[in-house]
Amino acid sequence: MDSMTLIAVASIIIAGITTSFGTMAPALAEGRAVAAALEALAQQPDASATITRTLFVGLAMIESMAIYCFVLSMILIFANPFWTHAIGAAGK
Amino acid sequence: MHLSPDQIIFWQLGWCKLNATIVWTWALMLVLVAGSRLVTRRLRHGATRSRWQDMLEIVVTMLVRQIGDAGLPRPARYLGFLGTLFLFLALAALCTVLPFYEPPTGSLSTTTALALCVLTAVPMYGVLEVGWRGYLKTYLEPTVIMLPFNIIGEVSRTMALAVRLFGNMMSGAMIIAILLAITPFLFPVVMTLLGLLTGLVQAYIFCILAAVYIAAATRNT
Repeated sequence: MDSMTLIAVASIIIAGITTSFGTMAPALAEGRAVAAALEALAQQPDASATITRTLFVGLAMIESMAIYCFVLSMILIFANPFWTHAIGAAGK
Repeated sequence: MHLSPDQIIFWQLGWCKLNATIVWTWALMLVLVAGSRLVTRRLRHGATRSRWQDMLEIVVTMLVRQIGDAGLPRPARYLGFLGTLFLFLALAALCTVLPFYEPPTGSLSTTTALALCVLTAVPMYGVLEVGWRGYLKTYLEPTVIMLPFNIIGEVSRTMALAVRLFGNMMSGAMIIAILLAITPFLFPVVMTLLGLLTGLVQAYIFCILAAVYIAAATRNT
């Protein structure tokens, strides 16, 4: 295998691993956050506005971890700097 | 497939490019400015008010209340900055229902610019509120050892703001593009609806986070 094939294989495999692990952990965390918020809502329905607002902010913070992983895998597949470098080196 | 609206170029002259990001940003700015100018041209007291004035009043009072809830004691002071951020981001997300529209927030340049605005606005409000000494002292909280971590935190939270918004908007557009190729008829509509919700939540998050950062900088201990 030449270096370009190696880079392509590594990028695709790592992108898959990044997305799978990067969605697994935030999914668990979001589930726990929603469960806790629902419990709090059941106990104090009067505070629903505050709880919902904090829940949304927290969920977005947790979800941004998954988004970082997604951006990383997109960079690996569509805008890989090593790939461009290898193409540039091969063109010379 | 394109990653961001930066790659759609309408017109080019040398190094000067007119891409979809710039065009749609200016279109949104035009809509916001001209719309609010038209509505606020004839403001009225009393019972006979136009429906548009009612709508703007609802939006503004909601913004003031939310900024106040985020921990800022005088919300009207920050309404100009945070309210503009929210209105721009919300309109950028809501317009995705229009055909041929590309959200300018799906480009990393736009979100980085907005995050840099927050990065400069936070010390500005901090200095205005508690003075240079008071603001610089927040970097030494709770102890002097935390100084480098506070500075790193300042930079990393700006990056997180930019990448979070970009990732959310870009992923929405990309999922729709992929689904259009697989199941072209019904499913992309559902994902567009979900994208509207995500976009509004992200606009809200961006502003609330900016408000929280400003609140942390202006708190005089």
